[in-house]
Amino acid sequence: MSRELTLRDALREALLEEMRRDETVFLMGEEVAQYDGAYKVSKGLLEEFGEKRVIDTPIAELGFAGIGVGAAMNGLRPVIEFMTWNFAVLAFDQIVNNAAKTLTQSAGQFKCPIVFRGPSGAAGQLAQQHSQTFESWLGNVPGLKVISCIDPADAKGLLKAAIRDDDPICIMESEILYGHKGMVPDGEYLVPIGKAAIRREGTDVTLVTYNKMVLVALDAAAELAKEGISAEVIDLRTIRPMDYATIIESVKKTNRIVVIDESWPFAGISAEVAYAVQKHAFDHLDAPVIRVNSADTSLGYAPTFVEEFLPNPTKVIKAVKEVMYVTR
Amino acid sequence: MDTVVEKKPGTKKKSAASAYGKEQYLFWYELMLRIRRFEERALMMYGQQKIRGFCHVYIGQEAVSAGLESALIPGDGIVTAYRQHGIALGRGVSCRAAMAELYGKETGIVKGKGGSMHFFYAANKYFGGNGIVGAQIPIGTGIAFAEKYKGTNNLCVTMFGDGAARQGALYESFNMAMTWKLPVLYICENNGYAMGTSVERTSNVEEMWKIGLSFEMPSKSVDGMDPAAVHEAIQEAAAHIRAGHGPYYLEIKTYRYKGHSVSDPAKYRSKDEVQQYMDLDPIKTVEDLVLSKKLASEAEIQAIKDRIKEEIDDAVQFAENSAYPDGKELFTDNYIQADYPYITD
Ligand SMILES: Cc1ncc(C[n+]2csc(CCOP(=O)(O)OP(=O)(O)O)c2C)c(N)n1
Ligand SMILES: [Mg+2]
Repeated sequence: MSRELTLRDALREALLEEMRRDETVFLMGEEVAQYDGAYKVSKGLLEEFGEKRVIDTPIAELGFAGIGVGAAMNGLRPVIEFMTWNFAVLAFDQIVNNAAKTLTQSAGQFKCPIVFRGPSGAAGQLAQQHSQTFESWLGNVPGLKVISCIDPADAKGLLKAAIRDDDPICIMESEILYGHKGMVPDGEYLVPIGKAAIRREGTDVTLVTYNKMVLVALDAAAELAKEGISAEVIDLRTIRPMDYATIIESVKKTNRIVVIDESWPFAGISAEVAYAVQKHAFDHLDAPVIRVNSADTSLGYAPTFVEEFLPNPTKVIKAVKEVMYVTR
Repeated sequence: MDTVVEKKPGTKKKSAASAYGKEQYLFWYELMLRIRRFEERALMMYGQQKIRGFCHVYIGQEAVSAGLESALIPGDGIVTAYRQHGIALGRGVSCRAAMAELYGKETGIVKGKGGSMHFFYAANKYFGGNGIVGAQIPIGTGIAFAEKYKGTNNLCVTMFGDGAARQGALYESFNMAMTWKLPVLYICENNGYAMGTSVERTSNVEEMWKIGLSFEMPSKSVDGMDPAAVHEAIQEAAAHIRAGHGPYYLEIKTYRYKGHSVSDPAKYRSKDEVQQYMDLDPIKTVEDLVLSKKLASEAEIQAIKDRIKEEIDDAVQFAENSAYPDGKELFTDNYIQADYPYITD
């Protein structure tokens, strides 16, 4: 049995279930308690778990991220919410220099089972500082695991798995897709970290993507189908560790690949996927790997900038036709 | 230690309130009214989806901008956060350039690139609206550092909210500014809330002016509903700074009548509380004072109102008639290097 839930409610259920299951799990961040979360993900949690476990912080990202790291080193399982990942930049010291390195520095004596979560990516006309995508930044760091998923069912199962995982994990959600709906199974389930999902099967071209660009890829695939082009859409779900096998297997079938990646092009996820494909499926490629990224610029406020900046179905279709050597 | 004084907000120095002449009061009145009417119209246009994204209005806090602008001298700089339309208008950004920016048009103060949170105006040393809470505290300190380095007599007003004051950046900045005696005037605009979080929920230290004490920085609390009180406090602070004594810190007690941003229903506070502050409205107070002291006639006040209405109508027309920037303008202003090789595939 399953029900339709928004991403917001699916994430909320994950927090609720894990907090009921394990008393060491607590939620901390700006506006998470009395305000029910800036995007209402933690709605009702304060009521059920009280101020001890659902904790409003001052605006002090570096401080409360570090408090999370210390609490994790000392036996708790913090879930640290960032209002958006743009603000988590202030906390990168604790995430990168400490959460990611506690285990190695202590030669295994201290683990750091912590979840940092919040929305990543552009969310309309919010201008330069509020429109950034962080999957590739954090995916670059050994010691961290990075999840980025907007499918409600999978996001729920991944968040639950992340809370139970003993390693530090960064989860990227989406500000504009908290209301995105999907069927969510009833009852207890986990989604394995490190496994991609095939959202649509196809034979002519592989589209690899994650987070809200999955919807863009699916729209493009639907359009392409009308023109007789069968696209397979892979949702990475986890950025690190990346599920290379699923990508390679698909490319061996389709022989063509386009990577759709909201992050900036330089040294990003699209580059990582392209490297893996040329290394492990070189002989299967009928065309160079092409990527569709956000523009190699900051994102300004005007609507014309948003349109120009982000990947969209039109840009994806153009890229697919390029790898298919279709000229119409 | 230098003068460290606590002044309870709300206890206005009555003598000072009437110590100013017609010109001064009308300056404050006109600026505050311009800001108020500008933002009321901006909210209307937001409702019509002409303006998008975040929009944090300054309604209720106008006396701070007014008192600042009358007390500073040309050459002084200001940097603040995203709740900045009022500060920018005070700095001389035109209603046209401001409204066009909110619309995201190419004629905006930053060509449609910044929107509501990020106006900049180099000509009048307005170093911008910053969207990252607290980021401008060290930046303003650095602007002051440069003034001292260059040997000028200027200072930099570094403004931040009560919420921003809890960021670690404040500690680091206050400490360096005091150690190096930088010409920086820190202003905490304490409007009681950071989004839905009231000041007393963020710290053991509820009186924001006291934050300066551990740095032995001269620190004061000021009534932010009165432009004269703000003006005076800033003049005093500026004199201290220009004498080479280093930074000064003012907590200016104020209030935002509206929610944090357009999307905030502000359920975390009572109607009574909002009304209490609206009863202290600086625009109304100054208007009443000017009329009762016969510093200006009803007709003069009406003329100001009419002029501002025209100005705002004109700004909206201007914004409506302007074009959006070409999407390709994304590829400008990222680098000074004109032929920077962007990755385009
Ligand atoms: C580093 C950072 N964290 C969080 C946010 C989200 N945020 C924007 S405004 C705000 C509240 C700030 O309150 P305050 O400093 O009191 O300023 P006010 O809005 O009252 O003018 C928060 C939490 C942000 N923009 N930057
Ligand atoms: Mg505030």
